[in-house]
Amino acid sequence: MSELADRLRAGDLSAAPAVLNLMESRAPGARSEAAELLAAISPASLGREAAAHVVGVTGPPGVGKSSLLSRLVAAWRARGRSVAVLAVDPSSRRSGGSLLGDRARIDHDPADKQVFIRSMAAGDRLGGLAPATRAAAEALAVAFDVVVIETVGVGQSETEVADAADTVAVVIQPGSGDVLQFLKAGIMEVPDVLVVTKADLGRVAERAMSDLRSALGSLGASDTRVVAVSSVPPPSCIDELLDALDAHRDRLDLRARRLWARRAHALAEFAAEYGEHGLRSLGGRRQAQTWLAELDPGLDVPALVRQLQERTRG
Amino acid sequence: MRTYAGHSDAQRSNELYRRNLAKGQTGLSVAFDLPTQTGYDPDHELARGEVGKVGVSIAHRGDMRTLLHDIPLDKMNTSMTINATAAWLLALYIVAAEDEGVAEGQLQGTTQNDILKEYLSRGTYAFPPGPSMRLIADTIAYTVTHVPKWNPINICSYHLQEAGATPVQEIAYSMSNAIAVLDAVRDRVEESLMGEVFGRISFFVNAGVRFVEEHAKLRAMGQLWEALGRERYGVEDPRQLRFRYGVQVNSLGLTEAQPENNVYRIALEALAVTLGRDARARAIQLPAWNEALGLPRPWDQQWSLRLQQILAYETDILEYGDIFEGSKVMDGLVVELVQGARHEMERVADQGGAVEAVDYMKAALVESHRERWQRIESGELTVVGMNRFQETEPSPLTAADDGGILVVDPAVEQERREALEAWRAERDEGKVRAALDALARVAKDDGENIMPASIAAARAGVTTGEWSQTLREAFGEYRAPTGVGEAAAVSSDDVAELRDEVERVSEALGRRLKFLVGKPGLDGHSNGAEQIAVRARDAGMDVVYEGIRLTPSQIATSAAQEGVHVIGLSILSGSHAELIPAVLAALKEAGAGEIPVVVGGIIPEADAAALREAGVAAVYTPKDWDLNRMMRDIVGLVAERNSVPA
Repeated sequence: MSELADRLRAGDLSAAPAVLNLMESRAPGARSEAAELLAAISPASLGREAAAHVVGVTGPPGVGKSSLLSRLVAAWRARGRSVAVLAVDPSSRRSGGSLLGDRARIDHDPADKQVFIRSMAAGDRLGGLAPATRAAAEALAVAFDVVVIETVGVGQSETEVADAADTVAVVIQPGSGDVLQFLKAGIMEVPDVLVVTKADLGRVAERAMSDLRSALGSLGASDTRVVAVSSVPPPSCIDELLDALDAHRDRLDLRARRLWARRAHALAEFAAEYGEHGLRSLGGRRQAQTWLAELDPGLDVPALVRQLQERTRG
Repeated sequence: MRTYAGHSDAQRSNELYRRNLAKGQTGLSVAFDLPTQTGYDPDHELARGEVGKVGVSIAHRGDMRTLLHDIPLDKMNTSMTINATAAWLLALYIVAAEDEGVAEGQLQGTTQNDILKEYLSRGTYAFPPGPSMRLIADTIAYTVTHVPKWNPINICSYHLQEAGATPVQEIAYSMSNAIAVLDAVRDRVEESLMGEVFGRISFFVNAGVRFVEEHAKLRAMGQLWEALGRERYGVEDPRQLRFRYGVQVNSLGLTEAQPENNVYRIALEALAVTLGRDARARAIQLPAWNEALGLPRPWDQQWSLRLQQILAYETDILEYGDIFEGSKVMDGLVVELVQGARHEMERVADQGGAVEAVDYMKAALVESHRERWQRIESGELTVVGMNRFQETEPSPLTAADDGGILVVDPAVEQERREALEAWRAERDEGKVRAALDALARVAKDDGENIMPASIAAARAGVTTGEWSQTLREAFGEYRAPTGVGEAAAVSSDDVAELRDEVERVSEALGRRLKFLVGKPGLDGHSNGAEQIAVRARDAGMDVVYEGIRLTPSQIATSAAQEGVHVIGLSILSGSHAELIPAVLAALKEAGAGEIPVVVGGIIPEADAAALREAGVAAVYTPKDWDLNRMMRDIVGLVAERNSVPA
């Protein structure tokens, strides 16, 4: 039985750094330990879904995601919730290295033990998430009240986040017409909440809001909430955004969404390990998804990965 | 002729100024410590280790009065290197003069008051760009009517070159900056005053050792400035159109290796700004030969002053007209620079102006600096004594007991805290409260000028930290872009071997080698840290770089939460002796005491030994200019600490 799993189950937030170190490690010993940890915090072991609200926050660079997160973290803390932020940044394709700078832009009291921020390099993965983000989010969701997955990009990156989070908020700034285009063209999936930053710009922000609302309406997604916020003093509508995120979570069939997330996680792990070739031997990604959907919903992620492996051999 | 001076407290600095004036110095150039520059009182957590270090600590009107004691303010020309808190220090200066019976209308001097270059290079900003531009515009609008002989802003291209700017970038970004300032002022003064405003804007430029090109740069700036005045602001008076500038010659090129050679560099650089009459500096400030080692002593500053006096009184450069008139080489260089600068100015304008283009300019500077550094590393650019001709006899100059630098008494910080407490205890709290409330109200009303409320607050005994905190609450906190994300990767050949080693060690560690680069304290000189961060990324590491101004506990929390394998700390302000042990202690407390720490900065050997004694794994100084070698050391250190075999 994993000691880290025990600590997470007991609500020990100080286990977070060690959990991340373990999940990120590719060393064989660490990987089997990570699998044990994931099994020990699976709904089958816990007897319920992990309680946290897993929130994806994504959007193009420069829209003010970090300032927004500063305000969100403060607002969650003011409501007495502990917060873990997994901030994913791209890696250099040439060197494999990365520059991770977001954490300083998220204002928080370093002495506050209820806030945990970890920067994660995406490595050679496309799609917005780092290799260990899903596993980390699943594990931290056992101990924290809120787990945020922050990714950069628009168009594709929110797809993977949507597979991992309960609620996805896409952040855009007024005047970003490309998002509107992406939405209409279906390049981008409709998010659960759309956040328009820089509401202090007044009229420009209002126009952006109404453009988005009408686009959502024509896509038949008029229940997607659009919230305009301002992160500069005086910040505005942060609580409204929090309420919108909470409302989405309350309406959600959490069991179904998490089940979907675990299956997507298993398939991603499998694809990372066996590549295109592996996926082909399952009959392609879509077929693999269909096959996964028929498996026992109680299976944890490592068990699902094993099933996929066995299927390729069978 | 002046030297940039000030340290410890107001009393000690006042003594220093009076000594310098007696030696023939003709004005004052006040250096403030970092807490004063960034708006923190000496007892603030971030002020730790920095009080009185790189300049004098001024917390209230009483300090300002002591600083200026027995100095005739109606005659003195006082230059204050102060930016984020310029409006406040000017308010204190006005009130101190008032106490001496000198009216504000008689005061002469300069507040540097240039915030954009703080985001781009120097790092002592306090507020976000929008409100900062408003403070600048307010001080200009106030002085042009109330303190007419004051230079309210000194637009600095100096620090851009220190951050790596090419001559074209130096010209273009400083001119773009001036445009942003003038446009902001245009909204706040009567149209008829714009000529006067234009004429009061002065520049603070850099002069590097390529002194022929540097001279051309100044001629180009003069041309562009005049054109800008005529075309954009309709200024016609030739007196107002003159490009007025002061200069501090280059520190970037000064070396720690064979530091005596810096004297020659400084002399040559001084020629760049004096040789041709048509582009001659109005004020010169020369650095001391030992700046790359630590704080200059009074004798070092005297040596710099003497160089200026030799230039002015022994040589014949002041006896002739413009000696470059009609020079094809000079004219050609000027044309080239003007064209290049205009092109770059357009790029900035396309992004909406200098305020909006801060990210772009910062990234461009980091990139230029990286390129320059790579040329030094490859030997393409010669720096005598550093990457060529390294052999040297032992230097008698650095053999003195003090290591050839000034050491600020660490007791100053405690003294300053106690003095501040006494000041707070004696003042009228009701008046202070009322003044701060009024200030907060004005801060929120963009239409009102901040100066009268600041002057009233100075009179009431408000402190530097209280003034700034009030504005921080109104304006919000701000972190400038680090510019590192966009920096181009070095060519693969140079780092291929290093990358292989990073891969090998990462593989053995189980995850990619993760490196935290941190800048504790208030020191904003981030060039070194930025270059280290970029190179570490290029070597294949995951690098956590959070920019400047971090407390020890922030660094420790980051290190623990991020699960880094090694920490690099950079400090250039001389506060390493206090801050590094504080970080080590915070790491232990955060349960991350086993993570190895390396330190870089301007660190005298005696201090380096003490740091190693305290548990620092390695200390790097400017003589360790080969970044790849440093990276190899760091990878080796991680391997060793994690029992990865070589």
